[in-house]
Amino acid sequence: MIKTYDVVIVGAGGAGLRAAVEIPKEYSCAVISKVYPPRSHTGTAQGGVCAALSNMEEDSWENHAFDTVKGSDYLGDQDSIEVMCRDAIRAIIELEHMGMPFSRNDKGLIAQRFFGGHTKPEDKNDPYGKRVPVKRSCYSADRTGHVMLQTLFENSIKNQVTFYSEYFVTDLLVENGVCKGVVAFDIANSEVQIFQAKAVLFATGGYGRVFRITSNAHAGTGDGSSLVYNAGLPLEDMEFFQFHPTGLWKLGILVSEAARGEGGILKNKDGERFMARYAPSVMDLAPRDMVSRAIITEIREGRGIRGSDGTDYVLLDLTHLGKEVIDEKLPEITGFARTYLGVEPTTEPIPIQPTAHYAMGGIPTNTDCEVLLNEKGDTVKGLYAAGECACVSVHGANRLGTNSLLDLVVFGRRGGKAIAEFLKTAAFSDISEKADEKTRELIDRLLTSAGNERAVSIRTELQNNMMEDCGVFRSEAGLKKMIVKLEELKERYKNISIQDKSRVFNTELVEAIELNNLLNNAEATLYGAYNRTESRGAHSREDYPKRDDQDWMKHSFAFKKDSGAPEIKYKPVVITRYQPMERKY
Amino acid sequence: MDIQLKILRFNPEKDKQPYFQDFNVKNVSDDWRLLDVLHEIKGNYDGTLTFRRSCAHGICGSDGMKVNGKNKLACALLLKDINTKKTIVIEPLPALPIIKDLVVDMSSFFMKYEVIKPYLITNTPPPPNHERIQSNEDAEKLFESAKCILCACCTTSCPSTWTNENYIGPAAMLRAYRYINDTRDEGGDERLDILDTPDGIWRCHTIFNCIEACPKEINITWHISQLKKKLSSREM
Repeated sequence: MIKTYDVVIVGAGGAGLRAAVEIPKEYSCAVISKVYPPRSHTGTAQGGVCAALSNMEEDSWENHAFDTVKGSDYLGDQDSIEVMCRDAIRAIIELEHMGMPFSRNDKGLIAQRFFGGHTKPEDKNDPYGKRVPVKRSCYSADRTGHVMLQTLFENSIKNQVTFYSEYFVTDLLVENGVCKGVVAFDIANSEVQIFQAKAVLFATGGYGRVFRITSNAHAGTGDGSSLVYNAGLPLEDMEFFQFHPTGLWKLGILVSEAARGEGGILKNKDGERFMARYAPSVMDLAPRDMVSRAIITEIREGRGIRGSDGTDYVLLDLTHLGKEVIDEKLPEITGFARTYLGVEPTTEPIPIQPTAHYAMGGIPTNTDCEVLLNEKGDTVKGLYAAGECACVSVHGANRLGTNSLLDLVVFGRRGGKAIAEFLKTAAFSDISEKADEKTRELIDRLLTSAGNERAVSIRTELQNNMMEDCGVFRSEAGLKKMIVKLEELKERYKNISIQDKSRVFNTELVEAIELNNLLNNAEATLYGAYNRTESRGAHSREDYPKRDDQDWMKHSFAFKKDSGAPEIKYKPVVITRYQPMERKY
Repeated sequence: MDIQLKILRFNPEKDKQPYFQDFNVKNVSDDWRLLDVLHEIKGNYDGTLTFRRSCAHGICGSDGMKVNGKNKLACALLLKDINTKKTIVIEPLPALPIIKDLVVDMSSFFMKYEVIKPYLITNTPPPPNHERIQSNEDAEKLFESAKCILCACCTTSCPSTWTNENYIGPAAMLRAYRYINDTRDEGGDERLDILDTPDGIWRCHTIFNCIEACPKEINITWHISQLKKKLSSREM
């Protein structure tokens, strides 16, 4: 059966919902999500969303743009970054107008606080001189993502958006550079459905579940990027994966940078504030890639603390902030420390270690969220992407904290607007009644397979090995080892079987398909990392420790091949006003 | 250590009735979440065991279930906080139809939430170039109710829900409180009218089960009582 909508949005996190709100009511719009919308991963974002509102001190969008470019280690496209930082101010005001509850300052304006990598020039007349931290992050205690997601979900309800919750998208229908729709199945009964659409927007989130220690939800399996990659379309800059420095030890649960924004300090086993050695001007508020490398370096040099699980951690000390600040501004994350580690953050430091957090790379798009067909900048007609699954590229080689929530609302809206414009002249493409055959065969095969491999073992091996060999630090030897492992896992995946043969709410079936998506994302990440012989932002090659602007000021575009390594092509970085400089803090 | 569990199973394709299945799970540690145990069972004992989960740290609200008779999030409950010397009994959230094993049909829960108009209602246009003014004190009055993760632990723990499936329930009322008390909102009366109906707020008999069930430790009954006060004063 074919269902027909003017627009189909896949994913109901911040980007998908913001796009849905933007679609004019005269067009039919369906949002398909494998979880209920308020379960989406946007809800776990904690610390804030940056915009140069100047509510606490003077600031400008240009300051924000410079920080984002520098934070990206000069790989971010500066035209996209300008669009985002300029529009940030309007976007945050708009969220407030939609009803999002914010913490406020003493004038009743949205309150703002410090965040890693967000600075301004100490002397306004010397814009490229010494920079000092600036209060730019708008927040709602430490539940900013949670209330943002709810506000957007509730505005979608107000706009009478049609939701297909707990539907899992398994196929993207693209032919000759034109998108025709998607195929999905209803998880509740495994019934397959073709969705014909004039426009499709992917807002499917990240793929942190490729790694063992991650802050990402179990749902973070890169489904959208995998479907795009399978359809022969490129994935951009997948080698850049951010490790957040402060994951709760063992579990990887995020402890927001807001903890350091409020004055929290990182300490090694000797009680030393070690960030003073790595980033003397901003110390604990250095960007995430630098702090994560500093932590791993401390641990490697014997200044970490050995945990009962055999892994090492360092300490995040909030005790000097006082109970009042902790309870008022950081209630959620301090609650995690109490619940999961039995640590009382008002009197004891919190054990932390880096955790796989955010994909800077993804589905390449232009600033109107149109998906790119190739490295030349041609677009796929009717296909859009926004949010973590997309790569515009505003985050380049390393994302600054708070810019993910900003990315969602700015580019979610732009995607919605671009689609509304496109729909004025767009028509449906013919779609075969048999377009769902591939998905039907996939489900039947998985339900009847008698293979001797199980998803859980392949997934665990993938996660352990990616963490080890494609994590914070990388080297040719480790990456080569991982490539052999990945190719082995891909082979073994062909022989997978599941125990649950039922067509009712079969989560084992969903997980088996998700594992294939993880393998695809891992492939693009791993080969990208092997290919890029330099260190830039979150991609740190021990055998190539320097940034190489001569050869590598370019984005990688990975195209899937029938087997083995993807073909990698390149697209130049867009530079508007900021020439690459050495990145020091 | 090893632990014993009894888990309610139901697959409508083959079972006429739900039934309990026993599991003896080996080599767990008391710092495990109950969710980790469920994953261990699904991964290494029985791949057919079915439950929802996503964020695994108490934010997304997917894995509400009944554990030893009380509604809990499996990801926010550690084994050290359960008596593991006795068999742990796990059932789906009560009062909602079971789809399979621990997965219940949430559609009626979300319908009730939509009924109270969970969005800002306002006739006054906002200032064009900046935010509406709201004091931090007024903003913080909303934070407790806005913490709600829509897990349905409260609504399904309420005896009024058990006896009347149309009862709007604590989660929807808590959301109504969040908007009615927002200084930016002008839809308070509309929502109070919705609450002041036979299946509405007066079905709450302050039994306090909702408070005990809430994984975010929200004092839901207090919020409902504030709404009742508003309604009473409106009638006079």
